[in-house]
This record gives sequence, C-alpha cells and structure tokens, in this order.
Amino acid sequence: MTAGTLTPPAAAPLRAGKRYPVSLVIGLVGLGFILLLAIVAPMIWGSAAEAGSGDLRTGPSAEHWFGTDSQGRDVLIRTLVATRLTLIMGVIATGIAVVLGGLIGALLVVSGNRVRWFGARAIDLWLALPPIIVALAVTAIFRPNEVTVVIAIGIAFSPQFARLTNNLASSVGAKDFVVTAHLLGVPGPTVLFRHVIPNIASPVLVLTSVCLSTSIITMSGLSFIGLGVQPPAIDWGQLLASGLRDIYQNPSGAIAPSLAIVLTGLSASLIGDGFVALSEPRRIQPRARKVVRAAAPAVPVEINAASTLAAATAAGRAPALDVRDLRVQVGQSGEGAQLVRGISLTVGAGEIVGLVGESGSGKSITAMTAAQLLPPELAWDAASLDVASHALSSSSVPPTALALDLGIVFQDPSSCFNPARKLGAQLTESIRVHKKVPKQEAERLAIQKLREARVTEPELRMRQYPHELSGGMRQRAMIAMALITTPKLLIADEPTTALDVTVQADVLRLIKQINRDHDMAVLLISHDIDVIAAMCDRVYVMYRGEIIEHLTAAQLRDREVTQPYTEKLLAASASTALEGAVYRANANGGSPA
Amino acid sequence: MSTDSVASPATSSPSTGPSRASRDAARQWVSYLLRRLGGLVGIVIALLVITFLLVQFVPGDPARNIVGVTATQEQVELVRERLGLNNPFPVQALDYVVALLQGDLGNSFVTQQPIVDMIGQRLPITAAVAFGGLLVVLLVGFPLGIAIAFAERRGGAKVGSGIYNVVAGLAGAIPEYITGTILVIVFALSLGWLPAQGGVGFNGFILPAIAVGLAPAAAISRVVRGETRAILGQEYIATARSKRISTGRLLVGHVLPNVATSALTIGGIILVALLGGTVIVEYVFNIPGLGTQIVESILSSDYPAIQGIILTLGLLAALVNLAIDILLGILDPRVLQKGRMGS
Amino acid sequence: MTTSTPTSTGTVDQPILSVTGLSASYGFGRRAPLVLDDVSLTLGKGRTMGVVGESGSGKSTLAKVIIGTLGASAGTVEVGGVDVGRAKSAQRQALRRSVQMIPQDPYASLDPRMTIGRTLREALAPKGGRESTYRDRIVELLELVSLDASAVNRYPHEFSGGMRQRVAIARAIAVQPTLLIADEVTSALDASIQFEVLGLLDRLQKELGFGCVFITHNLGVAARMCDDITVMRYGKVVEQGPISLLAAPADPYTRLLVGSVPDPDGRFLTDPSAYDSVIAG
Repeated sequence: MTAGTLTPPAAAPLRAGKRYPVSLVIGLVGLGFILLLAIVAPMIWGSAAEAGSGDLRTGPSAEHWFGTDSQGRDVLIRTLVATRLTLIMGVIATGIAVVLGGLIGALLVVSGNRVRWFGARAIDLWLALPPIIVALAVTAIFRPNEVTVVIAIGIAFSPQFARLTNNLASSVGAKDFVVTAHLLGVPGPTVLFRHVIPNIASPVLVLTSVCLSTSIITMSGLSFIGLGVQPPAIDWGQLLASGLRDIYQNPSGAIAPSLAIVLTGLSASLIGDGFVALSEPRRIQPRARKVVRAAAPAVPVEINAASTLAAATAAGRAPALDVRDLRVQVGQSGEGAQLVRGISLTVGAGEIVGLVGESGSGKSITAMTAAQLLPPELAWDAASLDVASHALSSSSVPPTALALDLGIVFQDPSSCFNPARKLGAQLTESIRVHKKVPKQEAERLAIQKLREARVTEPELRMRQYPHELSGGMRQRAMIAMALITTPKLLIADEPTTALDVTVQADVLRLIKQINRDHDMAVLLISHDIDVIAAMCDRVYVMYRGEIIEHLTAAQLRDREVTQPYTEKLLAASASTALEGAVYRANANGGSPA
Repeated sequence: MSTDSVASPATSSPSTGPSRASRDAARQWVSYLLRRLGGLVGIVIALLVITFLLVQFVPGDPARNIVGVTATQEQVELVRERLGLNNPFPVQALDYVVALLQGDLGNSFVTQQPIVDMIGQRLPITAAVAFGGLLVVLLVGFPLGIAIAFAERRGGAKVGSGIYNVVAGLAGAIPEYITGTILVIVFALSLGWLPAQGGVGFNGFILPAIAVGLAPAAAISRVVRGETRAILGQEYIATARSKRISTGRLLVGHVLPNVATSALTIGGIILVALLGGTVIVEYVFNIPGLGTQIVESILSSDYPAIQGIILTLGLLAALVNLAIDILLGILDPRVLQKGRMGS
Repeated sequence: MTTSTPTSTGTVDQPILSVTGLSASYGFGRRAPLVLDDVSLTLGKGRTMGVVGESGSGKSTLAKVIIGTLGASAGTVEVGGVDVGRAKSAQRQALRRSVQMIPQDPYASLDPRMTIGRTLREALAPKGGRESTYRDRIVELLELVSLDASAVNRYPHEFSGGMRQRVAIARAIAVQPTLLIADEVTSALDASIQFEVLGLLDRLQKELGFGCVFITHNLGVAARMCDDITVMRYGKVVEQGPISLLAAPADPYTRLLVGSVPDPDGRFLTDPSAYDSVIAG
C-alpha cells in the first residue's frame, strides 16, 4: 500500500467495466415493450377494440385468446389498446408526485431551521395516511374521471418524494466535498448541479420507478372500483372490473388485464431494484481492494529469535492459547482468498501478548478463529489450535468449556451489547446458561464484577439499557461480562480504539490489573503500537495475513526490530513524538525547535 | 470517537441506584407518549380540516351536485339549508366540530340514516378483513423472512433463496385486488371450496384476508430477511455467540427483539397500506364494509358519508401507528429518547 | 489557564488568523448549550497551531466556525487582519479562497462522481473552464503530493485512503491559501500511511509557507507537527502556548492528557488517582 504507487491502468474507470444488473435489464426490456404497445396498439387495433362480435362472454378460443366481454369485444385486444391510457396516466401521476414532492423537499432544504422542523413533522403526518384514502378524498371533491385520478395519485404519493429530497439534500449538503467546493468559491447553483443533484439522483430514480409501479397499480385499483377512468375510455383497471362482472361466464376475461397490470408493475419495480444494485458501493469496492492488495510489496516471512521465549515464560504450565500453522480463507473450497497464511503464536498462562497490525492484516480474523466465532463464509484449518487446553482442531469441544474458559472484549462498546435488553440479563446470561447459577446469585456476582471493572453505581447499571451508559462505562461493563466466568484467556480485540485517550488509559490500566490479580492470560489486539508496547510481555507483528516479526517488550522498547514495516509503525508512535517534543523543548530552553 | 464520561460530566451524579432507573424510565415514557399523542392530535386535526374542506372545495354548488341537474331551485335551496351552506364559513366550521364532538356525523343524503350507525355496522367488517390480513402478514411474512436469513447464514440454501427471491418479488408486485380476483377464480369458481361472496361467516373472511395480506406479507418477509441478515452480522450477536448459547436462545433472546424493532418501523408503513388495500378488496368480494360504502357514497355525492368514512379510516391508520409506536417503545427503549427513525 | 500569546519567530508580521472570544452553539434558541465558549487564538505566518482535545471538546466546531459553515454567536474571526464577519461579499469570497480545509474522512472529501482531474480543475477554476487549459498545473499539483499524472482520469474509489487524502491536500493547496485547516487528517488512516501524509504536509508547508490550524485528538501527532498548541475541553481553552508546554503542563487536565499517552515503560499505568480527580471531580 505504498502511497505513491498508482493502480495499474487495467483498472479502468467505473463506466468502462460496468456490468448492468440483470433486474435492470429485464425491467427496462419489459417497460420498453409496454411503451411500444402503448404507442402502436391503439393505431393497429383502435377500431377492433370497439367492434363487437355476436359471441358474448365466450371463453378463450383461437380467435379470442382471452374470450370476449359482455358486448362480444375481444378482451385481449381491448387490454392491449388500454395500455396507452394506463401508461400515460401512470407517467403523469408519477411526474406530479416527483415535481410536487421535489419542490416541497427543496423548499424545506433552503428554509430556516424552524420551518424545516415543522415541515418535516407535517410530511410525517401526511405519510401516516394511506395514499388510497388521500386519493379517495380528492376523487370525492371532483367528479371521478381520468384527470381527477391522476391528480389524486400524484398528490397522494408526493410526500414520499418531499421527505426523500429533504433528507438526501441535507445529508449530501453536509458532505465534506460540498463544503470544500463552497470554500473554493464555486458558485451556489454550480455546487447544486455539479455535486448535490448527481449524488442524490440514484435514490430518487429508485423511488421514481417504485412510484410508477405503485401509481399504475393504485390507479387501476381506483378505475377497478369505478372511481377512475369512465367509459367509453378504457384502462386496465376498468377492464378488470368488467372481467370480474362476467367472471362466472368467462373467468379469463379478468386474467388479461390482471397480467398486464402485474407485468407493468413488476417491470417498473425491477428497474428500481436494478438502480439499487447499481448504486450499491459494493459494486465498486471489491475492485479497489483487489488493486490495493496487488500493489503492495511482498514481505519476507521471518520470525526472529524471540519465539524461543514463548516456551520459557510459560514454563511448566500449559499455554492459554497455542496456534500452529493457522490458515483462514474465504469459502470452503480452498480457492478463495487467503486471509491468514499459516501463522503460529502462543500466549502463555498469565501472559499479556500483543498482536499488532493495520486494518486487513488478519489480526482480528486470527482472534475470531481462536474464539470460534468466524462468519460461516470463512473456513480455517491448523496443525493445532489449543484454546485454554481445549484442542479445537482435533476434537469437538463442548460449548460450555469455551464459554467458561474464554472471555472476549470487542472494539466498539456501542455495538457489542444487545441494544434491546437490559445489562443485567446480558451480564448474567453465560453463567445462568452454563453454570445454572440461580438468578439472584448471578446478579450478585455480576454486580461484584462490575465493581471490579470500576463501573460506577453497579446496581443501577444492571437495570439500565446499554445506550444509557457512556462509551467508557460500556467498555468496562463489557470487560465485567467477559470476567464473570473467570476465564483462563481474555481476547481483547481493539478494546480501546473507540475511546478517548484518558478513558483508554483507564481501561488499559484495568486490563493490566485484571491480568495481575487473576493471573489471566490476555491476547491484546491493536493497531496502536504505543498501546501494545506499553501493555504486552511479547508482541507479534502481523502484515497481510502473516506474522512478520515476534518481539519481546524489551526488544520493542529498544527498537531492536528487523522489519521495515515494524519500523514504520514505530515511527508513528505518539509517545516517541511527545518525548521528542519535550526533548526539543528542554534543549532549546523552552522555545520550540 | 464515542462520547464518554469526559463529554458528559453529569453521568455520575450521586443518587440512589435502581429506584432512579425506574423513575427515569417512567419520565421518558411519559414524555414519549405525550409526543406520540401530539402526533395523533395532529393527524386528527388534519383529518378534520380535510373532511371539512372536502365539501367546501367541491367545484360548483355541492347542493346541486347532490340533487342532480333535474332538480328544482327550491330543492337545491332545501339541501343548502340542511348542509348549512348558507351560514358564514367560520360558523360552518364550528358547527362541524361541535357536532363531531357530540358524536354526530350527520345523516346520509341517500338513506337518511345516521352516518354513525352506518359506520358502526360496517367498521367491524372492514376491521375484521384488515385484521385477517395482518394475521397473514404476521404468521407468514415474519417467520419466512427469519427462516430464510438463518438458512442463508448457514451458507446453504442457494437454490432455496433464489426461488424465494423470485416468488416473494412476484407476490409483492401483485396488487390485492388481482390476488383477490385470482383467489375467487381458483378457490371459489373452479374448486368451490370457499364462497366468492365475502364478509359472511368465518369462511367469508378467509379469501379476503389472504388477498389483503399476501403482498404485504411478501414485502415484510423481504424486509425481515434483510434486517435479520444485518443483525446476524452485528457485533452484539458475536458477543452473544461468544457465550456459546443455543441457536434457539440466540434467536429468542438476541435476534427477535431487534428484528421486531426494525421490521415494525418499516412494517408500520406497510400496515397502513394494508388498510388501504382492504378498501379495494372489499369490492372484489362484495363485502359490506366501509370500502364498498365509500365508493357508493362518492358516486352518489353523499358527502356526510364520505366525510365520516374518511375520518374513520384515517383515525384507524393513526391508531395503528400509535400502537406500533408504543410497541416499539416497549421493545427498544432507545426510541424513547430518539423517536422512531425513518418513518 | 496560561495564555502566553505565541510569538511568531522574530518578525512583527500581522497574524494570518486571529480568533477572539469566539462562542458558538448548535440548534436554535437561547437554551442551546455552547459548544464553543470564549475561544481565542492567534496564528503567525507559516506556523502551525495544534488544537487538541477529546470528543466533545469543540475542536471540530472551531474549524467549522473558522471556515464559515457555522455562525458564531459571539466573537470575531480575522483572516489576514480582515474581520470575516464584517467583510463585504466580494471581499469575503476572496477571503474564503485564502482559507482552505482538509477534511477528516478521505471517503467523504472527494465527490465520488468526479475524476481527480475534474476535482482539481474545479479548485483552479471554480466558475468553469476547459480542463486542457489547466492540465499542466494539475499535473504539477499531483507531483507536489507525490501522485502519478495518470491519476487525472481516475475516480476516487480507485484510490486508497492515504492517496485520497493526498488528492484532498492537492485540492487545498491549488488555490495557494494563506491558511490551511487540517481536521483530523490522519485519524482515518493506517499508522504507516499516517506518517507519510504528515511528512507531506510538513514539506508542503515549508515550500509554500501557509499557516496551519492542525486539529487532532492525537497528542503525538500534534507534538510532531505543531509549533504552538491549544488544549480544549468542553468548548473552552484549557491551556495555550508553545508546543513545549507539553513537557510541563500547568493545567491538571493537560497533565492528564499527556499522562494518558501509553509509554513503553508503563508510566501511564501507575496513577489512577489523577484520572479520578480530573474526570470525576
């Protein structure tokens, strides 16, 4: 990932290599066909649609595929001819909804805070009413006919667009690239047309195609119950209604317009699905990631002398974690990308061992493998994988054993608790399930652990929901939850990355203290070389799925490193920089260098 | 960076533990309910304005519309007098609200019967159809979505989820009145298992309920599948898995409460749409509910009836929303602070 | 609170940025809490002022008020001796261009639908103009930030976070600003990339001589980049002075901040009482 290197020219801009989603193609073809019908059908069959034969309400025949109606007219031909009016009405109603809703949304965006707040509430109210009821109210005022129904549907669907444009425009408007454009002196309207509108276009397009589908369906529904298009004009809804009236004589008479409505609605909503798939960032990301990987230089695998230390520190006691030749890849077949490429590491009993590396290095995946929490799309194998003396690679370990002997602390305290349950229930769950500890005793134990983890007011916390705690308190509660079974090994995956520096120091202090008090082994995973250096007895440096270096705390402190990558990490050390500044200050007698 | 005690110095104010928690919770509930009730009042006011203006907005003379072009001027005047159209605008508005508060929606122009009685007869039928549709959504949509998500998570079920995608996509795109028509053709006309006439006896509600509920069920199941999939990828599910609890416990204790929250939020919109679908489906099965009545009333310009039915349906939709909000507050206390997102 | 006004090395130049008594809040109404409370700072030509603090300290809000996306409820911002709040609109337009910013999130700072070339051309000619006219200058800018000229025709998604941040830097220096606001520019980047981007900023500042307000939560980064430092907490300035004040902070909160940086000897682990007395007390 060297910064100056550019991606090879093979990775062409988005437009060239873009593949269109199947749903978009099918939807566009379907709608194109319907559009063609709308244009040509009335020209070809316009008179045939009104010409009755002597056969009234007959079933399907070679001459009349879907039979005839009460006046002997061919149902299929009438359905085809009705395409034009149905589609025109759908398009106009959608247009009204887009323009009216878009205008309201845009007005809200440019108006003041208060107007905006009330506007948003008003739109919420409007949306709480079913569109069909709004439409019925409008048709009740004016005489029911095709114009009324189009206006009614347009009005009924416009609040959705109002809310979408309001939300999107304000979120895009706050984006950094819009702010910088203003700073650069780009005129307001130019910012709007160049940055804002292109970036809100695709969700609006999605809603537009959904709206086209829904409005055709709803308008046909209104015509169907007699409140839409009035005879002699015909649309699908009205044909369906007359088909339903004759249903005992000719059931297929209702089928032709039904098919037409469903196929049109389906095409339009497929286009919507297609737009969604097209604008999903996932379509863009994989290529970028692959390129980055390809551009990174190969790193030699080399473990230095420190590995012999592992055995020494854990002398006489079984290690808390012992990993030999672990591989993790995508998919079961062995063809997927290798995320961890044959690593070995040991955490001795009572030791704190660090695993340092940056995003994508495989350190978290290694931890998740040890914890047996890999997502199902990843597969692992290893020469041996022993967690707290349970051999995971050769035997099936009962879940209870892992639950009791292994504790885990995750990175983000805001998302690692179930938001819908009180902390007490979550803290006590594992001992109540696995040790069958009665509720009151489990709660007493949990409160004790909370106190140990320096959570303030532990009794109160038990009855609170996670969101009621601050980030630092939540992470301490997480640690208490991991401690409740007094595990032999604690895996802490970036436990302080989401915390402020003063809180980080306190949480790290807590982990260190637990390690000492309970003789609990800790595997500490972090991207921060300072945290690792300060906390750990030994350190493994991971890079692109491999362990490239293995150091003791002393070696790391004295910077006895062999890998340039480790040197780069050390160069970013905050404590070194601080010392440097302090040193410079002292050397210059108080003024900066 | 997450906020911490550093950012909120008030978090550790001394007080007496658990009792404070329940007091805070009670206070949050009260303010939450007040806000929601405020929303309900807003909707009721909006409905009152809409229904009142409905008659005012009618182009031309509403009285003339009612009695028809052939009527004499005296007849028109009589109707004007009865509607109160000769009174000044504010008086009319006040009369309307006062009458409503007394539970008086006026009399039908067509049958001369009180509108309240008509609604009292027909509302239970409409509500029964909508409730049947809701049952279909809850019994089919929710379990199906969760089951598909779990199967996909296991890695298998590639073919199954492909079939599901197509079927759910199709079922979600077929409007209620067409589903109803197809059900009538198949189960009433061809097989003869159930009556084509709806709203009579228990059997008369089965086909309408399926017709009303099928498309929303398909839509909800897609939402639920997506939500379940997202939730299964959340960190707190990894936390729960790290406790090595059974799949059943994971589902009931950790997945369901969260699926319900997010699915309900989106489901609220779908449920309100379901109420709208009921109006049209009643027509297919010739059910004597509010839907068939409002169509008749619109065609015969029976304004008091139209006003009454729109008020009733709108109020019903608002109550559905309120019920969902209360349920959300119970399931996920976070909404007590933030309010419902994205609806 | 020690407020020793930083003296710009030897010269008596007018400061390029002078913030006096600045207060600001989000939301409307009088009861909205102050996010910035009476903040003052002065920045000399070609110097770097670090603004450090934890979440909720108001440091990013300060950036917003300086660039003008958030209005101040009290106080003044002067750029090059001109009060931005009182400037005429034409003058303000010019002032705006002289203050540029590098945002925190490299994924949100570039319009995903514009090539790097168009993004830079917009900086050079905000009111429009042919790309070919500016071709040479664009390539020159890319070279300044160590990017290949072929980047011109590429879209942001083809670049890693570090490279995007380089583009954002190129865009900011394209207008030859006198003042650059860098808001947590490296906190979204991996450690090894972080160092390169900081080195680039340092080099460009020496070459181009702009002043820089450097906002960060990372004391190490601040110590490396800045001449002067402002420590903030709850919207207020806690301590201000030359970077050397970190060697012996006068304020207990600054002491706690400095003492919380993990050091290899584990000194930061030893004293929980300091944490309790400052945070809880």
